[in-house]
Amino acid sequence: MHIPCPHCGDRDQREFSIRGHAVGLDRPEGEVWSDDWHNFIHLRENPAGRTEELWYHGGGCGAWLVVERNTVTHKVYGTRLASEGRT
Amino acid sequence: MRLDGKGLIDRDAPVRFHFNGKAYNGFKGDTVASALMANGVKLMGRSFKYHRPRGVMTAGSEEPNALIQVGAGNAMLPNVRATVQEIFSGLETSSQNHIGPLDRDLLSINGLFAPWLSAGFYYKTFMWPRAFWEKVYEPAIRRAAGLGRMTREASPEESEKAYAFCDVLVIGGGPAGLMAALTAARSGADVILLEETNALGGRLLSDGEMIDGLPADIWVAETEEALRDTGRVRIMTRTTATGVYDGLIFAAVERVGAHLPHTANLPRECFWRIRAGQAVLATGALERPMAFPNNDRPGIMMASAVRTYVNRYSVTPGEKVALFATNDDAHRTALELLEAGVDVAAVIDPREDATAIGDYRLHRGAEVIGSKGRQGLTEIKVRHGSNEFRIEADCLGVSGGWNPTLHLTCHQGARPIWNPDIAAFVPADDAIQGLHTAGACQGTFDTSGCLREGISAAERAIKALGKRVRKPDLPMADDQAGGHSTLWAVEGKGRAWLDFANDVTTKDVKQSAAEGFQSVEHMKRYTTQGMAPDQGKSSNIGALAVLADATGRGIPETGTTTYRPPFTPVALGTMGAGAQGKGFAPERFTTSHKAVVARGAPMIEAGLWYRPSYIPAPGETHWRQSCDREVNMVRNAVGVVDVSTLGKIEIMGPDAGAFLDFLYTNLFSTLKPGRVRYGLMLREDGHVMDDGTTACLAENHYVMTTTTAAAGQVMAHMEFVAQGLRPDLDVRFTSVTEQWAQFSVAGPRARDLLNGILDTPIDDDTFPFMQCGAARIHGVDGRLFRISFSGEHAYEVAVPSAYGDALYRDLVARAEALGGGAYGMEALNVLRLEKGFITHAEIYGRATAFDIGMQGMLSKKKDFIGKAAATRPGLLDDDRERLVGLKPVGPVKELTAGAHLFEPDADSTRVNDLGYVTSVGYSPTLGHFIGLGFLKNGPNRIGHHIKMVDHLRGVTAEVEICDPVFFDKDGGRARG
Repeated sequence: MHIPCPHCGDRDQREFSIRGHAVGLDRPEGEVWSDDWHNFIHLRENPAGRTEELWYHGGGCGAWLVVERNTVTHKVYGTRLASEGRT
Repeated sequence: MRLDGKGLIDRDAPVRFHFNGKAYNGFKGDTVASALMANGVKLMGRSFKYHRPRGVMTAGSEEPNALIQVGAGNAMLPNVRATVQEIFSGLETSSQNHIGPLDRDLLSINGLFAPWLSAGFYYKTFMWPRAFWEKVYEPAIRRAAGLGRMTREASPEESEKAYAFCDVLVIGGGPAGLMAALTAARSGADVILLEETNALGGRLLSDGEMIDGLPADIWVAETEEALRDTGRVRIMTRTTATGVYDGLIFAAVERVGAHLPHTANLPRECFWRIRAGQAVLATGALERPMAFPNNDRPGIMMASAVRTYVNRYSVTPGEKVALFATNDDAHRTALELLEAGVDVAAVIDPREDATAIGDYRLHRGAEVIGSKGRQGLTEIKVRHGSNEFRIEADCLGVSGGWNPTLHLTCHQGARPIWNPDIAAFVPADDAIQGLHTAGACQGTFDTSGCLREGISAAERAIKALGKRVRKPDLPMADDQAGGHSTLWAVEGKGRAWLDFANDVTTKDVKQSAAEGFQSVEHMKRYTTQGMAPDQGKSSNIGALAVLADATGRGIPETGTTTYRPPFTPVALGTMGAGAQGKGFAPERFTTSHKAVVARGAPMIEAGLWYRPSYIPAPGETHWRQSCDREVNMVRNAVGVVDVSTLGKIEIMGPDAGAFLDFLYTNLFSTLKPGRVRYGLMLREDGHVMDDGTTACLAENHYVMTTTTAAAGQVMAHMEFVAQGLRPDLDVRFTSVTEQWAQFSVAGPRARDLLNGILDTPIDDDTFPFMQCGAARIHGVDGRLFRISFSGEHAYEVAVPSAYGDALYRDLVARAEALGGGAYGMEALNVLRLEKGFITHAEIYGRATAFDIGMQGMLSKKKDFIGKAAATRPGLLDDDRERLVGLKPVGPVKELTAGAHLFEPDADSTRVNDLGYVTSVGYSPTLGHFIGLGFLKNGPNRIGHHIKMVDHLRGVTAEVEICDPVFFDKDGGRARG
């Protein structure tokens, strides 16, 4: 699989590591435990198909990326910097 | 027998090599198979199960029979195909899988037991007694069955790995591949062309055809020239594409030095990862055998292989050759043989309407039903209607048609499609996106069609790349594939082999069906058909046809087994090239490495780093002597240790303080320039991630230290927090771990030592505990931190790495002059244990701040990573396993890390488990063992006695639960 890094261009998957669904960017407000926190930390959709994930370009520029890809075909539809937010 | 005037071997370059200890002569360009054939050697190995004599069957990498061992000593490689291995002077080869000489294999007695060695034999026979399996049955079976042997030592012939990139990858250098490469290159694409053998041309080098009015081998040479002229084609011969992976990444094995005498720095093979924009598959087709009784004798081989040996290697596999074929193509072999002056005994063709195309005897509507010849074919038995007769022959060429070599198209899960017109499976459309098939691998068998499809496949690839296509002219070539019919198996008395490599016969497949293993996947596993090194290249379709017949289904309904990479066997040493020994993990050395190694320090791994375990003094014979001395030295004088392996992260920016507040549980924005603070970092789930000190060097400028183990994790975490969660903060940071060499100078005389090297001396007023700042050390700009991991009056002094070695040696020399010296990890561990300081032995991923008694560090004034989760009731339960100190109080004075804790009168079983020991050490300061551990409701049990049991080491000790801080509880030594 290749991931197009917005900084480095099309790069091999082995330069990246995955962190899971991009919901990891939606850190809840509030400093006390709640269902929102539970969802944020523990619950993840695991779709067979198109999804958004967080990948870290640790073997490259160090950017965290939101990668939209298909978990079945491994086709990558697009990437953007995590610093730009989820949507 | 060698022929005259044909072939691509170099008769001016004779080569002498050995097979089973005997010397043979061949020519450059020969394979072991063709050279042995030229010397009249037919017997090349023994079969897997029955130890039947076997000879060469094919002329390519699909060879199931002629598997040999190549090389001598530890370089010996088993299961090398004699049809692939090229000869060179000094080459050592031997046959495998026999006891005693190859021609009198003692294990051939297995053949007499054949009725009991049928499918499912192992499952049915070796059921009991159970204990016999490991001790008796398995060793005996492994000795008798199986193929080559391993030396179990590392091979001195190393392989390499490499990466390549191209616009269009063309796999296969036959007519389709050549035209694809030419089309792609002329259209401006960068092309890599892979060819499995040592020369381009594919079957054109075997078939004696004419293309564009030229003999095919001349046309191939001219086309190769044209490819090179484009300047865009990298031609890689002796290279097999073994797999295709996501994103059009291909694995390929290049035999770089496997055909040459071993030379230093020349790898045996190279494992390539090739990333292609588009790819063309032009891998041709494999001729398939037919199953008839005793069809496995040496001398019985594929008809097309006979033609390859005659035309490419200029050797005939027999002097009196018969052919048994269902198609016109095989009749060409008869013509080639006649032209080469070889006697064609007969052509047996089951088709009633077959016609002879030359001057040879043709038996229409006939079948071969048997063979004779103990170690080589002497005659075949033919049935024509009710008439049976024998024909003398020392070689039988067999052709049951052709199977497209479509393996790679199935590597990502696509299933091939049955094409009844050619009675073969062909690739599904778009089986792999971006991989275009051309020629025989998609069922086009005439040369003209292969050339045309090569052009059109490249055309599709070029269009997909968005380039303009520039097509070469289509060369003139034969456009007839010839007629054919199908015949899978001939009925008759005797075993008829399907899978030669694993000794699977038609009877085994029928028995499998009869016993209920009717799915093709079940049949495969029950009979082991297709599970040998050749992965059933010549047997899968035949076995499938026999299974379809036995179960009354059609072939497409029966389906095929899964084609998996690698296409041909790949040596593990090749696949893992570069990852042996030191190549397996890189090594990181500190600047003090040479100095401590010179002092005889044993080094231990800390992640990728190497650190000294202890630094032995003269006369010390046991590590504990060194460790105890080093601890005492630090407590009483001064010790020096390299702490450069800790992660160091430089943080700057207007929001640096706010960023640290968000990362750490405690406040850092209040930290004044020149001060250092200990910080605790959680994961978002409320568990401890890491700890360490962060120094404020100036306004908006911090340097953080992480533990050695977690440096990478913390860096990635900080990147995530900064980019993903808090892009609003204006902060920048970078790792400076390798830029600074940092040494801890610890002990009552630490300041005396430092004042000898600092340009400006320090005292308690200018440099109190937890102070930091710039410092000049011997005139070099560095940094000084008054922090302590030993509990002593201590400093960490940092200089640019280039000065590390010099500074370390100077510090150690000065420490020794003050009655101290260098210390290592063992002493460092004891010193921190005496102080109850934690490491990743304690914060190992499941511990919370509450568990380690640091809940007070969870700031209520701000949000931070892990704050919400850390307040979960379950994480604040008194009954959690929490950090305590432990010391032995009974007759057993030893503590062991990993031991578990129980009530003194409870059984030492899992249900009574109360906790465990995480770290232990012998404290020379206190004169007994001390330990840290986690115990249910631990802090509330301080003063109680408990039982420590180490089931693994067999140690049971009575221990007292105590405060984790064993020494200098008020911390006066570090501050004073």
